[in-house]
Amino acid sequence: MKILIKGGRVVDPVAETEKNLDVAIEDGIIVEFGNNLKEDSAEVIDAVGMLVAPGLIDMHVHLREPGYEAKETIETGLKAAVRGGFTGVACMPNTKPVADNQTVISYIIDRTSGLGLARVWPIGAITRGSKGEELAEMADLKKAGAVAFSDDGQPVTGAGIMRRAMQYARMVGLTIIAHCEEPALVAGGSMHEGFMSTRLGLKGIPGAAEEVMVARDIILSELTGCPLHIAHVSTAGSVRLVKEARARGLKVTAEATPHHFTLTDQAVEGYSTSTKVNPPLRGEEDVAAVRQGLADGTIDVIATDHAPHTPEEKEVEYDRAPFGMVGLETAVGLVWSELVESGILTPARAVAKMTINPARILGIEKGIIQPGAVADITVIDPAREEVVNPNEFASKGRNTPFAGRKIKGLPVLTMVGGKIVFSRL
Amino acid sequence: MGLRKKDLLGLEHVETDEISLILDTAASMKEIIGRQIKKVPTLRGKTVVNVFYEPSTRTRTSFELAAKYLSADSVNISASTSSVVKGESLKDTSATIAALGADVVVLRHPMAGAPGLVANTVKAAVINAGDGAHEHPTQALLDMFTVRERKGGLEDLKVAIVGDILHSRVARSDIWGFTKMGARVSVCGPSTMLPPGLEKMGANVLENMEDALLGADVIIMLRIQLERQQQGLFPSVREYARLFGLNREKLALARPGALVMHPGPMNRGVEISPEVADGTHSVINEQVTNGLAVRMALLYLLAGGGTQ
Repeated sequence: MKILIKGGRVVDPVAETEKNLDVAIEDGIIVEFGNNLKEDSAEVIDAVGMLVAPGLIDMHVHLREPGYEAKETIETGLKAAVRGGFTGVACMPNTKPVADNQTVISYIIDRTSGLGLARVWPIGAITRGSKGEELAEMADLKKAGAVAFSDDGQPVTGAGIMRRAMQYARMVGLTIIAHCEEPALVAGGSMHEGFMSTRLGLKGIPGAAEEVMVARDIILSELTGCPLHIAHVSTAGSVRLVKEARARGLKVTAEATPHHFTLTDQAVEGYSTSTKVNPPLRGEEDVAAVRQGLADGTIDVIATDHAPHTPEEKEVEYDRAPFGMVGLETAVGLVWSELVESGILTPARAVAKMTINPARILGIEKGIIQPGAVADITVIDPAREEVVNPNEFASKGRNTPFAGRKIKGLPVLTMVGGKIVFSRL
Repeated sequence: MGLRKKDLLGLEHVETDEISLILDTAASMKEIIGRQIKKVPTLRGKTVVNVFYEPSTRTRTSFELAAKYLSADSVNISASTSSVVKGESLKDTSATIAALGADVVVLRHPMAGAPGLVANTVKAAVINAGDGAHEHPTQALLDMFTVRERKGGLEDLKVAIVGDILHSRVARSDIWGFTKMGARVSVCGPSTMLPPGLEKMGANVLENMEDALLGADVIIMLRIQLERQQQGLFPSVREYARLFGLNREKLALARPGALVMHPGPMNRGVEISPEVADGTHSVINEQVTNGLAVRMALLYLLAGGGTQ
């Protein structure tokens, strides 16, 4: 089985280059780069005017299975992933039961194989039941296939257990992904604390609720030598803390979500629960700082924090609605519209934040486009536009604040292991 | 003219000419309340449903009587005795009320934004009778009505709102309403109860009560919920009363004819001393009567009596 992607511009996030090259794929492997490669009997994909990138990786996704299949299943989540241009996702362990044991990790891996969609790298829990009390069996989790540890959705509240978790994770050799939130400062809040929360009469969550935990976890990472990845950075203060840590040579990385670099707390006007997310949509200065952090490399990764919920759960009072929004199927369009079109990131650097950078953090051999590599490839049409219509989503979740928004720069073909798993060419 | 929207969800998005219309209409309604026979047939055949998810005496009674005086049929639903306790969602409860043929839904709810959710679900007019810490527009309208009646107008008056601004829907509606009508509003309370961005709403923010009272024409005292002490928002009732309670000495800082108001229920001896609550400056009982007039005006304007 031969495939030839012809006339596209190959984006290499490692070399940070873009070159006009044809890409020949055979038996699931990239076999050749070149100009005017012979078509022979290959299936030809016309990629003129398009970008050919290594398969995109979303390192922060909630697939909800097992336990919350009404919100999403592994299958619908992965259909959403490939429709969004992702050839692989790392899924968070806050399922029911929590992925704090080998069985759940194995179940997720089993459910994925045979679907012929995106790859899945499970993330194991830091603590048993993500309760923040006892350590999960990290070495066993790694053996079963976990690529990192996180109690995402909840902070690890106690500094003592987080210290031990980092010491242990360092020994096991995987990164801790921290959901940074001080519960005493969140205190039942449901949106960013500022003029908008005052106006709307909703309880605010100050930026400090995130920042005190970011600071604590950086300090503990320094103490223990454990690589630390800060999930969904949302405030100017967090960006500053990560930047300082990096300047001191600490093993600290960070991610930002499309919603945090695109929307401010202004979006909460009208109390649409699709804007309710944790951490909350922040103020203008925060959004500017996140964009700056993406531009200067402080923020290594763009990840969606894809968090589907059912309409029944979201069609309630703002305070009562669960936190979270879907993101897989709007991410690339938002990255292109908000960051590439405006010159904040070059295509190669944007692609790096969704390929090689998360791959390195998770310790997986992905994010590379070169002869000899497995053919996980995403083709992006930078000129293609669409108006976001949640009814077209492959995800079960419709909870997006971007419905009706025009985005430009869309994934048009997703290939996993040499097989086309999604195309709208 | 009539009101531009089918609902009254808050004063932030109501225009000044609409506020004037409501207050003028309330003046006519107040005349009816003063009659021997207080019933007019204006809203005969209309149905008003009062849905209260929080306890309330004066607001609920006020709406109920307002509907009765205008000859509308009114029904009260309280969360504790309805299918809400069986876990029915607000959206489904709204659809049920709509299906029963309500013309006006009056909603009191502990969560901000809930009336908007109902307004999007039902064709009936929705009146916000207080939602979380968001707005309580009918309270602000009755406050404005009371001041306008006593002072002849609202423009350039100095209004001081004192107390727990953070949790107060009354404060937010009063800030929007009074500033729209040309009054100058100061808000004052302990630093722990002054949320960010009040200046952007048009209020002057003060932490010292004496500064807020100096030269004030109107003083609106807010109820302090005593359990806020356990949340670390103030150290003791004693200290709160000393710093932010209204007594005769502090009242002397205000203009001679200053009005003292309180949305009720009062904590006598905490945010307001009994002598001030019952004193010559106090218009607290008048506020209650005027609340009835304002709610009659709103039912009239929104139930078809005055919409275009």
